[in-house]
Amino acid sequence: MAKKFMYMNTKAPYGTIYALESLEVVLIGAAFEQDVSLAFIGDGVYQLTKGQNTDGIGMKNFSPTYTALGDYDVNKIYVEKESLEERGLSLDDLQHLTWEDEDEDWAEKDSIRLVSRSELADVIEDQDVILSF
Amino acid sequence: MATLHTVNKSPFGSSVLDDCLGLAKSGSTVLLFEDGVYAATTGTKSAEAITNADGITFAVLGPDAKARGVEGKIADGIKVVDYDGFVDLVAEHDKVHAWL
Amino acid sequence: MKLGIQINEGPYQHQSSDSAYQFAKAALAKGHEIFRVFFYHDGVNNGTRLAVPPQDDRNITQQWTELQKEHNLDLVVCIAAAQRRGLMDEDEAKRQGKDANNIAEGFRISGLGQLIEAGIECDRLVTFGA
Repeated sequence: MAKKFMYMNTKAPYGTIYALESLEVVLIGAAFEQDVSLAFIGDGVYQLTKGQNTDGIGMKNFSPTYTALGDYDVNKIYVEKESLEERGLSLDDLQHLTWEDEDEDWAEKDSIRLVSRSELADVIEDQDVILSF
Repeated sequence: MATLHTVNKSPFGSSVLDDCLGLAKSGSTVLLFEDGVYAATTGTKSAEAITNADGITFAVLGPDAKARGVEGKIADGIKVVDYDGFVDLVAEHDKVHAWL
Repeated sequence: MKLGIQINEGPYQHQSSDSAYQFAKAALAKGHEIFRVFFYHDGVNNGTRLAVPPQDDRNITQQWTELQKEHNLDLVVCIAAAQRRGLMDEDEAKRQGKDANNIAEGFRISGLGQLIEAGIECDRLVTFGA
């Protein structure tokens, strides 16, 4: 039976490697056919922002990879509303992440689920394994 | 499903404890270890918040508190455990949520 | 109970590996099984045999090697994280055309799938990081 895996992303990209290496685990983990969710809280929400451009810092811009997650059947992406608001951000500041639902004639659907802190607490409660980055 | 949360940062330099308390459900346990033990010391806002938190149990890893010279300053009502107790807490809860 | 351990930080810089080691020793003494210890991020640096800590300090890598011997632990260093940070075994050194290898006794290098597998197989996954 598939386990419910949640990847907890709490750190901003580039300043440290955690965000990038977390994404690498997600991509590999997708092959294991578990029930995968990603959560972005705190500075983790900065991983998903639009308009990242690393030309001036000599590092690879890995933000486009998040838009490919739908192709890996990773389509439950929880973003904590309070964390966004505290940082002066809204959903419009984040990349548009989508997936195609095979059961509905490949209809394109949103992957990001904007949830309140208490809703996210319920989702986390329901998980079997928490991978923290 | 009861969760064991682990917090290893001082509340003075990091928001991790607050983030954890914001998401921890009633019935869960928070283990403070490494620099997280400072959060449980008397006279701090965090210790006050901890002792008033409803439905959440707190524990401090004794060896970490002792190493930092604060073993005698852990607020009343907060359980102090050794590594055996840490292992038991892991076994007694359904999952471990490490707050990094 | 079957336990998995993930270590995200390198030795000495952070307490993570020390905490994980104390936890692992206590868990084994209590009769729990440790299915795997997975070293990720800078945690891969726990697996170098070339570190020379001062004589009056603990040797973190050696502690893990000894615990591995005693309990036949599976100490896995993530290959993707290891390649970035210059940690390699003999095979990998050959493959990459490097003139040396540095993996410590008792550690093995393998893929990220080993972490996911630990999550699937273990009753609990305990993560030590910063």
